[in-house]
Amino acid sequence: MTTTDNQATEAPDPASTPGASRAAKASRAVLPPLGLGLALVGLWYYVSYIVLEDKRRFLLRPIHQVIKVGFMDADNRTEELQALWSSTRIALIGLSIAISIGFTLAIIMSQAKVVEKAIFPYMVTLQAIPILAVVPLISFWFGTGATSRIVVCVMISLFPIIVNTLFGLQSAEQGAHDLFTLHHASRMTRLRKLMFPAALPAIFAGLRISAGLSVIGAIVGDFFFGKGDAGIGQLLRRHASRLNGEELLASVILSSLLGVVVFGFFGWIQKRATGRWHDAISAEA
Amino acid sequence: MGATNQVVTDGSLAFNRIGMVFPDGTEALRDISFTVDKGEFVTVVGPSGCGKSTLLKIASGLLEPTGGSVAVDRDHLGYVFQDATLLQWRTVRANVELFSELNDVPTAERRQLAREAIDLVGLKGFENHYPKSLSGGMKMRCSLARSLTLKPPVFLFDEPFGAVDEITREHLNSETQQLFQNEGFAGLFITHSISEAVFLSTKVLVMSARPGRIVAEFDIPFDYPRNPELRFDPDFAELSGRVSVELRGSHS
Repeated sequence: MTTTDNQATEAPDPASTPGASRAAKASRAVLPPLGLGLALVGLWYYVSYIVLEDKRRFLLRPIHQVIKVGFMDADNRTEELQALWSSTRIALIGLSIAISIGFTLAIIMSQAKVVEKAIFPYMVTLQAIPILAVVPLISFWFGTGATSRIVVCVMISLFPIIVNTLFGLQSAEQGAHDLFTLHHASRMTRLRKLMFPAALPAIFAGLRISAGLSVIGAIVGDFFFGKGDAGIGQLLRRHASRLNGEELLASVILSSLLGVVVFGFFGWIQKRATGRWHDAISAEA
Repeated sequence: MGATNQVVTDGSLAFNRIGMVFPDGTEALRDISFTVDKGEFVTVVGPSGCGKSTLLKIASGLLEPTGGSVAVDRDHLGYVFQDATLLQWRTVRANVELFSELNDVPTAERRQLAREAIDLVGLKGFENHYPKSLSGGMKMRCSLARSLTLKPPVFLFDEPFGAVDEITREHLNSETQQLFQNEGFAGLFITHSISEAVFLSTKVLVMSARPGRIVAEFDIPFDYPRNPELRFDPDFAELSGRVSVELRGSHS
């Protein structure tokens, strides 16, 4: 996603001259993705109407049908929005927990190499566990409601926060550390005035990845654990089993929109927090 | 800080038979003794890797020597590194205030110290700039200002101008020389540029390749303030030539 953004906005454009107006610049940023979007819509219609014959059209409903049934129909819309809200809540709670755990672990690991060495293999292992494999366990321990959905969400979004925060905390240069050593800075001062600010760009890079993952985590969680209010994952499951093509696609669109919004939100915070002093390019990775 | 190190407050720096052997067995320094008194500007030239920077690390207390002792007041030690080591997220002013902040100097005094130091290095008007928008020379000036807030009686310079272009370097040399005159610190400067060494110093020491030893000593007689044209003076050339011969000898 970022790569396309970058190419659209930052690729050196032979037509760009110092005198180019803002509007021209904006249109160069907007037109390429817009064009591609239109092309994809065209392809969608082509598949819906020309590739698929009538009785197989439920596989890919035309867009206007999706909008009409999925979003314009009042009942469906209410259901979709309720599910969206439910998933958003799970994602935000899960992300907050992942951030708290991730920061804490990263800070502890940054304080002593031996602690880092002790914890890191288990973090990698946790990351490598397929969620599907632990779903039965999670439902054993936490039931089939909101708690389990949050647990799945945390498991999926935790790793990038830890890794990026730790990497960031370790990124302050030796010379800067020497300055703090020379002036007898305490561990806390060093963390607060040197390591943490130096880590901010990496922390935000991790947050953006994890924010996107928390949405995925919430929806995966919804999918398996349906007790209580239904999230988008439950809707996806229900519509898929009933072959409701329009509603299914509407849910897919909503869930990716949610991901984009959360991702964009953290990008915005990042810019506010580090934009003045940090060249954003390295933080995009 | 080891028991071997004395704290002195007369504004001088003294190395007494310093030896340094790293844990991997590398002998970096052997039997180094010299002093830098108030009003002296001593430059150590030597081949790269001869342990010049190690000497400053020992003076500042970042490294403990394996032999000998250092006498210096470390609480007000000016020390600039090869890199400006500015904190990217702080403005010029906030960077210059860093040491005062770490030493719990009250805000008003901190501001005042920073303002004076920024004026001294000619960064007035750039107080609110972030390091990413400064040139290499300006970053180095900011780094100098940061140390000047300590009002250092002793000032260590670890090849501070190695990374800037020739013209900027000459400017910075002249400014350093002016600072030395006005502030009256005892200066210890590390470089591998002979002309920089001779231009700045009251005394030039030549260090040998590893293990580093002082193999020659030159008093530099020129009066301060020295202007840039001094570099084209025949006496300057002759002196530089003699330092150069010693330096070449020290490589073998």
